[in-house]
Amino acid sequence: MRRSDPSPSMATFSTSPVIASGQSLPSTSPTIDIRAIVRRHGSVAAVDHVSFQVQRGEFFSILGPSGAGKTSVLRMVAGFEDPDEGDVLIDGRSMLGVPPNRRPVNLVFQSYALFPHLTVSENVAFGLRMRRVPGALIDQQVQQALSMVKLIGKEARKPAQLSGGEQQRVALARALVNKPAVVLLDEPLAALDQQLRQAMQVELKSIQEQAGLTCVCVTHHQEEAMMMSDRIAVMHQGRMWQVGTPREVYENPRTLFVSRFLGVSNELPGRLGEVVREAQLFHPADDRLPGFPVRTGPGEVPGRPATWSLRPEQLRMSSERPSVQDPVLPGVIEKVLFAGSETKYLIRVGREHLWEARATGAMQPSFASGDPVFLQWALADGRVFFE
Amino acid sequence: MPSDDVSRSSPSVRASCRSCWLAAPGLLWMALFFLVPLLLVFAISFASRGTYGGIVWEFTWANYLDLLHPLYGKILGQSLWYATLTTAICFVLGFPLAYVIARSPARWQPVLLLLVMLPFWTNFLVRTYAWMIMLRHDGLANNLLLALGLIAEPLELLYTPTAVVIGLVYGYLPFMVLPLYVAVERLDPVLVEAAWDLYASRWAVFTRVVVPLTMPGIVGGCILVFIPSIGSFITPDLLGGARSMMIGNLIQHEYLVVRDWPLGSAVSFVLMAIVMAAVFVYYRQASSADGPLEGR
Amino acid sequence: MKQRSVGLKAVSLLSMLFLYGPIVVLVLYSFNAAHLSMAWRGATLKWYAALVHDEALLAATANSLFIALVSTIGATGLGGLIALGMEQMSHRRQQLLEGSLVLPLVIPEVMMGVALMLLFVMFKMPLGLTTVILGHIVFNIPLVTIMIRTRLRKLDPLLREAAADLGADSWQVFRYVSLPLLRPAIWGAVLVAFTVSLDDFLVTFFTAGPGATTLPLKVYSMIKSGVTPEINALSALLLVVSMMCVAGSLYLQRREV
Repeated sequence: MRRSDPSPSMATFSTSPVIASGQSLPSTSPTIDIRAIVRRHGSVAAVDHVSFQVQRGEFFSILGPSGAGKTSVLRMVAGFEDPDEGDVLIDGRSMLGVPPNRRPVNLVFQSYALFPHLTVSENVAFGLRMRRVPGALIDQQVQQALSMVKLIGKEARKPAQLSGGEQQRVALARALVNKPAVVLLDEPLAALDQQLRQAMQVELKSIQEQAGLTCVCVTHHQEEAMMMSDRIAVMHQGRMWQVGTPREVYENPRTLFVSRFLGVSNELPGRLGEVVREAQLFHPADDRLPGFPVRTGPGEVPGRPATWSLRPEQLRMSSERPSVQDPVLPGVIEKVLFAGSETKYLIRVGREHLWEARATGAMQPSFASGDPVFLQWALADGRVFFE
Repeated sequence: MPSDDVSRSSPSVRASCRSCWLAAPGLLWMALFFLVPLLLVFAISFASRGTYGGIVWEFTWANYLDLLHPLYGKILGQSLWYATLTTAICFVLGFPLAYVIARSPARWQPVLLLLVMLPFWTNFLVRTYAWMIMLRHDGLANNLLLALGLIAEPLELLYTPTAVVIGLVYGYLPFMVLPLYVAVERLDPVLVEAAWDLYASRWAVFTRVVVPLTMPGIVGGCILVFIPSIGSFITPDLLGGARSMMIGNLIQHEYLVVRDWPLGSAVSFVLMAIVMAAVFVYYRQASSADGPLEGR
Repeated sequence: MKQRSVGLKAVSLLSMLFLYGPIVVLVLYSFNAAHLSMAWRGATLKWYAALVHDEALLAATANSLFIALVSTIGATGLGGLIALGMEQMSHRRQQLLEGSLVLPLVIPEVMMGVALMLLFVMFKMPLGLTTVILGHIVFNIPLVTIMIRTRLRKLDPLLREAAADLGADSWQVFRYVSLPLLRPAIWGAVLVAFTVSLDDFLVTFFTAGPGATTLPLKVYSMIKSGVTPEINALSALLLVVSMMCVAGSLYLQRREV
């Protein structure tokens, strides 16, 4: 936050000690600028040269399996840990050595961490009170925050008297009432059951847009990350493998890990062959399968081992060999899984590969287990990964 | 005795409650050698002293009224003061210790707790005696202070109120650490981080979050230190002088030296009333503590 | 976060030093050859040797051990029976008894001492070993009952039901199921009662007559008549013995059957 910030919603933050040395910066500067941070636990790097930037008003998710180091990144932004190397900048100012209570960020904890001895409104008012905001202003802002998360009427309850979803809303209100430069979310919906979780995803997103919040969210749930985020960073083994919009990351995964982590990946190991017109041939390791054309970068050496991958929804099935130019592979339906809005087919391809294909709504063709099928896809949809 | 509820019990309980009688000999013993003596002290506190130290069974309030005399009032007052000071010092020393133990790796916690408790299980006389050596004119405390250049002349430490309070703190510090440890161990460390994230300074984290949430342990620890401190005898007897007498010493003095049993008994009951008040506070706190924090 | 824990750890370390410093100093000085001053005059075992030849001290030790032994046996029996008897009582009765059994533990020891002394004097019982033992059993019964009850409550009631289902009568259930499971708690209670009895000063002070001098009474009178190196040696010995008893008791209580 800067003193010169014209945004009225940020005005109350001027009481914070953080902006004491406020300086003017070009408005294009990112709200969060993480520069090659490293965090070691003993000899292991839990976070290994991670860099990214988050723009104002953006919903940015760090996605990865547990143990990927994403919570560690969040804690370094919040100030509970300091990086061993690199720098954390918030609104252009380095945060190294600045304790959490002097950083313009607020964290929504995975377990919510609501103070059990305080009421809902006392919980929400906590941050304002710590910054000695005048009482009348506190009441007004607490009311505003509570109405935003639809908790009016529950002000006097203790956290133990609230449902899981309500506790989640209090935790959110407690963070955003402070109008922080960034709201940090640590697995915000992990403790909720499936149905509530989906409802809260929509609600959280609309609150974020309505209040113009900048959010950094840590999650291991790829669907949640894709639905809520403007951009996603995929983290694995302490490194960031890809940063991009949900569509980019899903459709153009840069590594096999990213491809697998963001959804189902139908794969064939093999090696590259000769160049044919704009494409290159791919020879599956399973010699029962014929070679087929793939898209690769210019000048890939024939013979290089690679893994080819395709998303299930990009696969079309037909009972007769199609006449079009697209690549085709034969397969046998092994299992049909009816899931309501869609039907999943598990298809045996070659000797040992089990692929997944999907069909939805009225377009559902009727295949049964044991039926032979032809699988077909657009040349551009297939991805080739090198290890 | 267990027999009188047999008529109200279900048949199965009645059949098995023959085993309730197992408790009878022990309870009889406690009645005979604990309850009866206490009642005796209570009765005597309302009797008068005979000319040669015997007891004259005439009801009187005189013994309790005598306690209002400044001489006794001073001893009561300074006992309360020493015990309160001891409790406060134990809290200041014990809280960091309990906090560090509760936040140390789980496998170290029992070892550290044992280390805190171990001195308590050694002979109290011996531990108090150790402080006589420490606080002597040529003792380690004076030598240390001289060596550090904090004092030019050895201090008179032994046989002072300071020595009494040091001895009491030393004797009862483990009683403070144990309940505090339990309370801090139950405090979710994430709540401390949450307060810190919400702009609370370290002091604010402590007063707004840690203290309210560990209140049962704080009250428990304070009462557990206060009770034995207020009733102590050995510590003021060995480390204190004639001017730092406490209630325990007064009781012993009245019984064995002056041989005024009725007055001694009255002092005993005042002490008992103070202790019972503290126990009452402890149990009220313990029973209300389950309320708001439950289901966390 | 780091700064905070450094400060806390420093205070904790000081507290630990405070707890162990005097004990260590006492033990060290028990080996000091100097007679009166605190100055170090080389290491010696002569004060320990002197203890062995002190007839009065040996007699006091014998008294202490005898009192501790008898009162421990008595308190373990009576207190253990209370714990077992309480099992089948109504919940309210159990709470009432538990509350009353805490009373002897919180009441100032001076008061327990004078009350017992009054009883014995009023009923014309001569003060001596017997009166001391009677008194020690009083404060040890609640300790034993509480320790054994703690263990009893942790026992799985299904085990006893299973034994009964397999045809054991209530005595057999106790003998072959409950008692073996309680054994560590019982031995733990025995050690605690023994230690507390051995260390007790105040109740003994008021209930002992001539010829019933115990070790703590002897230590007290030695301290009162002036600090001597023999007390240092004796104190060091007592420290070691109590610490060993406690360690043994904790080991027995923690061990899972």
